[in-house]
Amino acid sequence: MSRYVIKRILMMIVILWCAGFVVFTLTYLTPGDPAMLQLGQEATAEVIAQRRAYLGIDQPYLVQLGRFMVNTFLRFDFGKSWVTNTNTMAELLLRLPRTLIIGLGSMIINVFIGTILGIIAGTHEGKWQDSLVMIIAMVFVSAPDFFVALLLILLFALKLGWLPPYGIETMAGYVLPIISASLGGVAINARQARSAMLEVIRADFVTTARAKGQNEKIVVRKHMLPNAMMPIITGVGGGLSMVVAGTPIIESVFSIPGVGNYLLSGVNQHDYPVIWACVIFFALFSSIAILLTDLCYAFLDPRIKAQYSAGKRKKVK
Amino acid sequence: MANKENEFLSVRNLEVIYRSGGDIVHAVNGVSLELEKGKTLGLVGETGAGKTTIAKSIMRILPDPPAEIRGGEIFLDGEDLLKKDEEAMQKVRGKKAAMIFQDPMTALNPLMTVGDQILEVLLLHNNYSREEGMKKAGEMLEEVGIPAERYREYPHQFSGGMKQRVVIAMALACDPELLLADEPTTALDVTIQAQVLEMMKALADKFRTSMILITHDLGVIANTCDTVAVIYAGRIVEYGKLEDIFDHTSHPYTIGLFDSLPDINVKTDRLKPIAGMPPDPTNLPEGCAFSPRCPYATEECRKKVPESKELTPGHICACFHPQSRS
Ligand SMILES: Nc1ncnc2c1ncn2[C@@H]1O[C@H](COP(=O)(O)OP(=O)(O)OP(=O)(O)O)[C@@H](O)[C@H]1O
Ligand SMILES: [Mg+2]
Repeated sequence: MSRYVIKRILMMIVILWCAGFVVFTLTYLTPGDPAMLQLGQEATAEVIAQRRAYLGIDQPYLVQLGRFMVNTFLRFDFGKSWVTNTNTMAELLLRLPRTLIIGLGSMIINVFIGTILGIIAGTHEGKWQDSLVMIIAMVFVSAPDFFVALLLILLFALKLGWLPPYGIETMAGYVLPIISASLGGVAINARQARSAMLEVIRADFVTTARAKGQNEKIVVRKHMLPNAMMPIITGVGGGLSMVVAGTPIIESVFSIPGVGNYLLSGVNQHDYPVIWACVIFFALFSSIAILLTDLCYAFLDPRIKAQYSAGKRKKVK
Repeated sequence: MANKENEFLSVRNLEVIYRSGGDIVHAVNGVSLELEKGKTLGLVGETGAGKTTIAKSIMRILPDPPAEIRGGEIFLDGEDLLKKDEEAMQKVRGKKAAMIFQDPMTALNPLMTVGDQILEVLLLHNNYSREEGMKKAGEMLEEVGIPAERYREYPHQFSGGMKQRVVIAMALACDPELLLADEPTTALDVTIQAQVLEMMKALADKFRTSMILITHDLGVIANTCDTVAVIYAGRIVEYGKLEDIFDHTSHPYTIGLFDSLPDINVKTDRLKPIAGMPPDPTNLPEGCAFSPRCPYATEECRKKVPESKELTPGHICACFHPQSRS
């Protein structure tokens, strides 16, 4: 088992390298000269050239890439912001907790609400509960995050006045962002859980359990649910990618100074170190979450566990 | 048939349909059969003939929806199973009647140890403590030729043949009086088929179990069964003692089945498979369902469904033109 974990962590590092390479190359290829954009139209060519040398963007691509990779992955340093001259890593860590609250909060909602809805739908296939859940899932998955966010603000903040429309002066400020960020994931998890349930309901081993004379409630609890959990856990990863993708939008709609907003400001100002730092953070967050779901999976499923656990493996006749 | 008092299991005019999409699949269309205590009945027929459906009807474990038992009676030891409520049925399943499923690869829960899966049925029908149950489950494993030490292993660690043995152990764990064995050997290698079958027969004898053995394989029938029912498109077309079916084959379909078997004693250039395809169960032909493929079919066969006729005592054939092949 520990070999599996180590292997997965190594894989994760490689994935982060790739993410770093891609984000660096994309910013490199972005048209427009950051130095000129920062200094404005009036700056003389000489000043701009100086600035370019200072930022190091006058050097060849490979040199820049090499420096970026070394600084990022060996020194864990993204450098200073090109605009504010503050340490990017420090700024990122400052904003991190706010994004984590939104991210983890909506993950929890995703998983719990989504799974429960999916199980209800799956166990009532073709009945009204099923149709209702599927309609809800369809609406959630197709309604854009920002649109839902605006509707929620309109209703709960402006009309009812229950929650603040933006900002995070109080914890109540997190409620609407978390809800808006989780809807897409709820939909994905609900669909996943539903199809997992449907699959398990038709499974032969469930018929076997019934043929033993087992009570239907226990058949569901002991045979159906544990097996349905497998694909559901995998689906959690999918819900997570929705959360990550949605964060910048949600944070900007609700004016939350988190990593997502930081990323947007970096993009707007051609502040590449900020973009690198934020993107790599998002990649790290996703990989950790996917790693955790896979570990859960390996832990729960004896077939997968057996592949990785060292020690005696009896050959089957 | 002989006097009804001896009948341990008696199925009468069973009718089962499946609803699939807008269509109705006529899976079982008026099947009647009898089984005496301690005897083995063979159920043969092509794929899709309705064999599994009959067995699952007896256990009352048909998936509902889409399946629906439209009519008939199933008497087990004098009680009509179709009239029992779910709770009463749970006491019958696994205890009085047990089923061995067709596909051992999917019949076991992949997340439970094989031992615990046997334990489950033991605890349901006996007043064992957990320890006693585990000991008994281990014994059942030994009984089917698997070392009890493998109790804690998972199905994926077992080969197909061993899984099938586990399924058999599970079915026999509570000494059922009726065993429904649905192609217990088709998923297995030919070399272990005989072995598993022998074992099942020995266990059934040991526990004095009545058995319905479902199979495509006439050879298996010849070795194991006392009576045989040949089923075609959800109907029993020929029914009788083993000798009736094998030595006085009457129904053209049964004859076709025998002719499609390779005979090692006779050198033939090619086998004679039955021409044509099994009928579409959503749209059965008018008259005898076998008539489109039957070399002896006449106008009458295509118009009317042939009644079951008793040719000799106990040998029943549903055909207007029973043949004789020996
Ligand atoms: N769940 C289901 N939904 C719809 N139709 C079904 C279902 N199960 C079985 N059927 C249909 O009912 C008919 C009888 O099926 P059954 O499984 O009883 O056949 P069988 O004789 O056991 O075949 P095999 O030898 O392949 O196991 C077939 O036409 C099949 O397509
Ligand atoms: Mg079958």
